[in-house]
Amino acid sequence: MADVVLRNLAKRFGDTQALADLDLSIRDGEFVVLLGPTGAGKTTTLRLIAGLERPDSGRIEIGGRNVATEAPAERDVAFVFQQYSLYPHMTVYENLAFPLKAPVRKLSAEEIDRRVREVARMVRIDHKLENRSTRLSGGEMQRVAIGRALVRRPAIYLMDEPLSSLDAKLRAELRLELKRIQKELGSTLLYVTHDQVEAMTMADRIGIVAEGRLMQVGTPREIYGNPANLHVAARLGQPHINLLPADLLPGGRPPAGTKTVGARTEHLDIIVGKDANAEIDWIEHLGDQNHLHIRAGNHKLVTLADPYLAIAPGDRISLTLRDPLYFDAAGQRLS
Amino acid sequence: MADIRIENLRKEFGSFVAVQDSSFTVHDGEFLALLGPSGCGKTTTLRMIAGLELPSSGKIYLDGEDVTFNRASARDIAFVFQLFALYPHMNVRKNIGFPLLSQGMAKAEIRARVEETARLLQIDHILDRSVSGLAGGDRQRVALGRAIVRRPKCFLMDEPLGTLDAEFREVMVHELRELHNRIHATTVYVTHDQHEAMAMADKIAVMNHGVIEQFGTPQEIYAKPATMYVADFIGSPPMNFMRFNSGLKSGDRSILLDGIDVAVPEIHQDMAESELALGVRPEHIRFSDASALRGAVYGSEYLGTNQVVAVETPGGLIRARVPANRSFRIGERVGLEFNPAKLALFDCRSGRAVPSSLYQETRHG
Repeated sequence: MADVVLRNLAKRFGDTQALADLDLSIRDGEFVVLLGPTGAGKTTTLRLIAGLERPDSGRIEIGGRNVATEAPAERDVAFVFQQYSLYPHMTVYENLAFPLKAPVRKLSAEEIDRRVREVARMVRIDHKLENRSTRLSGGEMQRVAIGRALVRRPAIYLMDEPLSSLDAKLRAELRLELKRIQKELGSTLLYVTHDQVEAMTMADRIGIVAEGRLMQVGTPREIYGNPANLHVAARLGQPHINLLPADLLPGGRPPAGTKTVGARTEHLDIIVGKDANAEIDWIEHLGDQNHLHIRAGNHKLVTLADPYLAIAPGDRISLTLRDPLYFDAAGQRLS
Repeated sequence: MADIRIENLRKEFGSFVAVQDSSFTVHDGEFLALLGPSGCGKTTTLRMIAGLELPSSGKIYLDGEDVTFNRASARDIAFVFQLFALYPHMNVRKNIGFPLLSQGMAKAEIRARVEETARLLQIDHILDRSVSGLAGGDRQRVALGRAIVRRPKCFLMDEPLGTLDAEFREVMVHELRELHNRIHATTVYVTHDQHEAMAMADKIAVMNHGVIEQFGTPQEIYAKPATMYVADFIGSPPMNFMRFNSGLKSGDRSILLDGIDVAVPEIHQDMAESELALGVRPEHIRFSDASALRGAVYGSEYLGTNQVVAVETPGGLIRARVPANRSFRIGERVGLEFNPAKLALFDCRSGRAVPSSLYQETRHG
């Protein structure tokens, strides 16, 4: 395991600036998630670190060494792709053991066996070690693919949306497992996704990426509670943050230059029927919580509410701000 | 607009029973979601309502009329598959107007209808654009426009948002429901995604192996699950189950779980000694040092407004949804306390809920 440092990394494909001036330090043993939409430059970053692409400029250090001239195999990274690719003619056991069998690794048969069984337990595939890899469900194949990366103990794991092809339930289970395994092994992991829940729940630190630029890096709590700009504020939170004109609702204390007020559920106080300035449009019953769809003036808001709150569509409510977020005309956060 | 009534509907493919004696009514203007995993019979049910499959037995009434054996084209319904199928060589206006043109409607009326439909979907500003240059959301709105422009008696939709990525699906879920709120068309919507069903539907039919396990409002299905299957399928994370062996007597207000007394809603049925499961929703768990029911934190997932903490207990992994203002260490010992009024009990062998005051409590909201 090792630190990975990216300095002023840039990459262009034809007319597209895929990555511009990316600076990021990943500490030894840290789980960093790059979050952004398709085309933001996340996968390019992983491919540059792995050596599958060459940067136009900038520097990549793994464990303190500049890897610019190193071939992918020399960089000591393990890559897990979105689409699992297993050796179809091999069993699960053979697939997991394969990366350890390269002659340069000089591992004894006992050591290989120990590592394969340990990792198989971690990714919960130990009951199917003798199965052909083609006889597995999609979720099982992806667990084998993750396991095959884990057996190697490289300097860094690079993972490109490894859970996106799984169904929701399995994804939720593996989220928890992957985080545990990473902590258990003390691995350094850079993980790329467009799913904010994966980023929030697994990352030690999240990097928000948009249009080839890293907009903010911080812990999930920092990014959620203290976003640097409108773009970052809109990336995290379900329901989405409500973006409103500064003078729409009372209770705020907007600093000079405020153009937009950002109000999440925790920034809104609702009182039914008293000095109403808004109306309930409809209520989405999600079980554990309700999404209230609210109309205030010409604006629509969505906020979470306790499902047992006695409120119905058409009810008039008073909506007040409580320490919301303020943004200027350029979308930068004001405090 | 119209109501849809299904009576004892059954469909067999050879020896395989795809749909087993289903009966339900979708009232005029209601939005029903048929929810279940693939192979549960939801799409077959929808295709029978549409007239694309004939039932083995049973009846289908549309607006009071028996249409069981009517052709699909004679049923006055609109079937929306994946919303993306558009005619690439036509502009938005022609795409939306196409179903009316093929009905032979007068040009002026087509124009008026298309414009009204476009206003409803808030795409009236792009009517003369080519569909090939449109963004995903607008393409979906155009496809939807083509379905609603005919003003059919009802809409049938088969996983229309299935191929979209999560973020965009969320946007379309809201748009579809807002559209429904404006036009109040009777709708049957097939999905395997419990979140879509909960977010959009007035009523949900949860299906499993061709059988409707529960039919009710989203709130009923979530708060008063009829079976363990429903309780597990709905909710994210799903309901926690803690298994134990015991008998029950009508009037009981507590159970013994691993030697610990746990208060539950009043039991309304005697039961002989058998394997039972206590069902607890994640948001009905609180951490309390005073509780005798203890476990070790296995992991926590921060979600902004709240967090989900997984706790390893003697009865298995339990997930609790708690406020986000406290951090938990892996391995930390915690006590668990349940909200007694919200607990469900199940008979593990049949999977059915044990009757209790939970199921008779007056409905909220």
